[in-house]
Amino acid sequence: MPSESEHTSSVMRQGFGVIGHAVRSEPRVFTGAVLSSAVYGAMTVASSWALGWATEHAVLPAFRSGSPATGTLTAAALLIVGVAVLKAAGVIGRRVLAGIMQYRMQARSRRAVTRQYLRLPLAWHHRHPTGQLLSNAGSDIEAAWAPLAPLPMAVGVVVMLVTAAAGIVVVDPMLAIVGFLIFPAIAVLNLVYQRRLSPLVMRAQQLRAEVSEIAHESFDGALVVKTLGREDTEAERFQARADRLREANIAVGRVRGMFDPLLEALPTLGVLAVLLFGSLRLASGGVTSGELVQVSYLFTLLAFPVRALGWVLAELPRSVVGWRRVQDVLNASGSMEFGPAHLATRGPARVQVRDLSFGYVPGAPVLSGVDFDVEAGRTVALVGPTGSGKSTLTQLLVRLIDPDEGRVLIDGADLRDVARGQVSAVAALVPQQTFLFDDTVRGNLTLGGAEGASDEQIWAALRLAQAEGFVSALPKNLDTRIGERGATLSGGQRQRLALARALVRSPRLLILDDSTSSVDAQVEGRILFGLRDGSPDSTVIVVAYRMATIALADEVVYLEQGRVADRGTHEELLARCAGYRDLVTAYEREEVERAALDAGEEVNA
Amino acid sequence: MTTRVDERGAAETAAGGKAGAGLRVEERSALATLRHGLALSPEFRIGLPVTLLLAVLATLGKVIVPIAVQQVIDQGLKDTTAPDMVFITRAVLLCAVAVLLTALCGYLMNVRLYRTTESGLASLRGKAFRHVHDLSVLTQNTERRGALVSRVTSDVDQISTFMQWGGLMVIISVGQLLIASVLMAVYSWQLTLVVWGCFLPLVIALPRFQRWVARAYTGVRERTGDMLAAVSESVVGSAVIRAYGSEERTARRIDEAVGAHQAAQTRAQKIIAFTFPSTELVGALAIAGVVVLGVELGVGGAISAGRLVAFLFLITLFISPLQTATEVLNDAQNAVAGWRRVLGVLDTPADVADPGEKGRVLPRGPITVSFQGVGFHYPGGPQVLHDVWADIAPRTRVAIVGETGSGKTTFAKLLTRLMDPTSGHILVDGVELRDVRFSSLRERIVMVPQDGFLFDGTLADNIRYGRPSATDEEIGLAMTELGLGDWLEGLPAGLATPVGQRGESLSAGERQLVALARAYLADPDLLLLDEATSAVDPATEVRLARALDGVTRGRTAVSIAHRLSTAEAADEVLVFEHGRIVQRGPHAELVRKDGVYADLYASWAAAARSS
Repeated sequence: MPSESEHTSSVMRQGFGVIGHAVRSEPRVFTGAVLSSAVYGAMTVASSWALGWATEHAVLPAFRSGSPATGTLTAAALLIVGVAVLKAAGVIGRRVLAGIMQYRMQARSRRAVTRQYLRLPLAWHHRHPTGQLLSNAGSDIEAAWAPLAPLPMAVGVVVMLVTAAAGIVVVDPMLAIVGFLIFPAIAVLNLVYQRRLSPLVMRAQQLRAEVSEIAHESFDGALVVKTLGREDTEAERFQARADRLREANIAVGRVRGMFDPLLEALPTLGVLAVLLFGSLRLASGGVTSGELVQVSYLFTLLAFPVRALGWVLAELPRSVVGWRRVQDVLNASGSMEFGPAHLATRGPARVQVRDLSFGYVPGAPVLSGVDFDVEAGRTVALVGPTGSGKSTLTQLLVRLIDPDEGRVLIDGADLRDVARGQVSAVAALVPQQTFLFDDTVRGNLTLGGAEGASDEQIWAALRLAQAEGFVSALPKNLDTRIGERGATLSGGQRQRLALARALVRSPRLLILDDSTSSVDAQVEGRILFGLRDGSPDSTVIVVAYRMATIALADEVVYLEQGRVADRGTHEELLARCAGYRDLVTAYEREEVERAALDAGEEVNA
Repeated sequence: MTTRVDERGAAETAAGGKAGAGLRVEERSALATLRHGLALSPEFRIGLPVTLLLAVLATLGKVIVPIAVQQVIDQGLKDTTAPDMVFITRAVLLCAVAVLLTALCGYLMNVRLYRTTESGLASLRGKAFRHVHDLSVLTQNTERRGALVSRVTSDVDQISTFMQWGGLMVIISVGQLLIASVLMAVYSWQLTLVVWGCFLPLVIALPRFQRWVARAYTGVRERTGDMLAAVSESVVGSAVIRAYGSEERTARRIDEAVGAHQAAQTRAQKIIAFTFPSTELVGALAIAGVVVLGVELGVGGAISAGRLVAFLFLITLFISPLQTATEVLNDAQNAVAGWRRVLGVLDTPADVADPGEKGRVLPRGPITVSFQGVGFHYPGGPQVLHDVWADIAPRTRVAIVGETGSGKTTFAKLLTRLMDPTSGHILVDGVELRDVRFSSLRERIVMVPQDGFLFDGTLADNIRYGRPSATDEEIGLAMTELGLGDWLEGLPAGLATPVGQRGESLSAGERQLVALARAYLADPDLLLLDEATSAVDPATEVRLARALDGVTRGRTAVSIAHRLSTAEAADEVLVFEHGRIVQRGPHAELVRKDGVYADLYASWAAAARSS
């Protein structure tokens, strides 16, 4: 399979590229770790040499002479312990520094990736599933830098192997040949091992992610599963994928199960070979018995660390995949461009929408040719059937997304010409779906900015959003933690906080996207009246169905299938636009029809 | 000014605050957890004796080298100038064969181990997954979604590392320690005592080291959770962050969390790095001690030179299992923690359980529901429903109204048996609701919740979730019956339109339309709508309401709604206040009386109408 091996070699090449990147980023830490590892490697070899020296100069002479030489014996003991201390220091240095390097790279990548998340336009977020972005910043980064943990050890092993080879050559060139046969064999076996293993490991990894996705989705939809009685089918769906994961893991296990014992057996066979050939050399006087012991000990010592090379190679394929995914995020282009224009900071904003078109998918426009004006200080209601593009329009108005065609202007300035941060300083959108940060009430309202809003201002915003009551009932008022790990709030309470978040900024343009849908009618009424009386400095655009809300508007823009079907005052539209009339008077008509029906029934009876 | 925490909020707060509703916390000792965990997966025991035998043989192979060295030195090299080559060759070849056989045993053992453990873990995953769905919504809501997912994914993975490597390593290591000790004792009991004397303090210290490491890892896990939560804000909250220009603040929060995570990782790594080489150092001390004492003994003739050298090799055999023990203990701890969390799920009783085989299967058709003195409170929480008596007649339309926090949703959850009442009885067609089999119950009563959760797939996939056997034509027909034909045609790919993860490619209102179509297709005898059209435009809502009433099909419809147009159309309105039904009757009658309903209606009508 040439293609597969080509693939493997390119993966290896890229893997070394990833490692190279890390080494260039952290040259000092890496050097330190490798040096520590080299100390460890050298001391591993030295420990066998120390034992050999002890055997040769302390043990055997003592046996031969029948009396121990205390001096040499003490020296031998100190040598053995001293070497071990250095070796331990090498281990500690290597582990600590390898850890520091790995964690620094992880943290660096995480910062870079999340900076991208914050920088890239919302349209990019729409194209990428949440789960994928989360794993990019989580497990993908972990996988990318995983080879860094065993890397210094592996580099150290190379040093060790060279030292050992030199050592054996010095002892006896003939014995060295045996060694030179065994170590390449281990290396080749390792390579074959990794080539066989990596596609299997990647498949298992993929399935693991899929199993997790199914569980996530299924638990998220637990209520639907329960209410429709689909527990069995969900369990089957999950088990089917879990079983595929099982098979993939067993396939991995079969390869590991074969190569691990082989890799362990090879050095042992090496020791036996050394014994056999060493004895021959002993007979011909090439080596002493002490040297023979030393070389065989070396082999047993090397058996384990040599596998560190394998660990690095084993991590490479996963590392490359993780790295590629992270790079996709880091290289994502299509950033939002900003211009130099500044917007006024006071007074209600004037909004003009010119021939606006937008679609999430090419060929399927959500909005086409939308055109309307909102004069400063006016309140405009956006009305339209479900799926007519109202929410998308609100996002375009605050430049969360850019139009495919046409323009949005605030105070005459195209939003794309406005400087970064200016639009959000002027306009506030309260979206349909509330999002709260894992933070205090205060933090959720000010979002760190809001130019250090005073507590009075915060309470005033809460009052206007009809949230003062429940916030003051919270255990720590403004400093109560909310969000996923904080106090739990109802949908209506969350919506009111989101509203207060917008109000505390005293925005020049306030956009409400059906943002009181979970609030009681009475409470909503109080909010709306408060808004009308309390914020004369805002232009308000509100997505609404409720008549009370629409009644507050100076003008209505009626959308149908992504187009402005009509605009005018509520009364005008009621009089001339059938679609609008059907929509807003649906309840009343229903009542009338039912009354007629009831009357009919009474007549019949 | 309302200061009361709304119903849903109160439910979750009460449930979250009390352990009573949450997942069972496993309180067994580590060993008991291990035993219990192993017992849960009988697959682990399949062919275990043979696997163990293979493991023992594979371990025995490791003793070959020291023995070979000793034999060669003592027997083959007795005469240092003329080695006994015949003996040496024979010994080396014999050992080589033994090493290869050992490798073969290792291979067979590994394959067997992987097969049994993976099978056991796959079925453990399945069991835990199924049990999560069997738990009541109350229990499910006490856990973060992510935490629940990890109980069937990473927690199980943690067990696998131990089962496939650590568990056997414990057995092998103990075996290796014993074998090494016995062999060492055979060579020289005095030297063995020296070795044990050196290692005993370490063996005592190891558990302490382990506790430090475990504590450090707990820190890392907590910081990982914080870090991922901070990162997820930048993704999930992307719209809000942009709308309010709070990119810098979010970046700062992420940096803090990433920094804390990095610091915790580094700390844990340092602790491990400093404890790990302790075996190495103690090993060196033991070797030095053996060299010194061995020479003393040898001079006295108690041990031969070959035996002393072989003894030194045995020490490395003795050290390596202790070194592995440090890592295995870590694995074991992780596995026990993983098992604890999985067992935590499995040990939590399904408090709202399916009666299963013993349960009653009710025939399809017009349905009668009767609430008889029903009360409910969350574990440890205040009473949220008091002595509710209500009869829902077949083929009627019932509207449930009341302020938030009045008990409407609790009533709905009890009616659909998402929870059981804490007092009183609920009867369906005269049968206690608890005694009805889930398969029968879910066929007859279906609820559409406010948040219409959709699965990643096409529109058709999601609607078909209500009735898996439905054809595309039937789905299309259902959509037409619901008056959603126009909407469907406006979508780029019609029924084949992908809805995205959690249905996020659709608007909130559109998701509700799909959720409704899904329930409509399921065609239950009683359809319960819990604010199911709150984000839908009024015209569509009215159309849907008419189609869903489905009186001609003999269906009963129960609706909870802010919009009182639903109540106007209902045969009976149940008005809830403070967990009690305070008024009941048809709209026309209630609206004329002074009371809660007239007030609610007046304020709704004022908001809904222009004039």
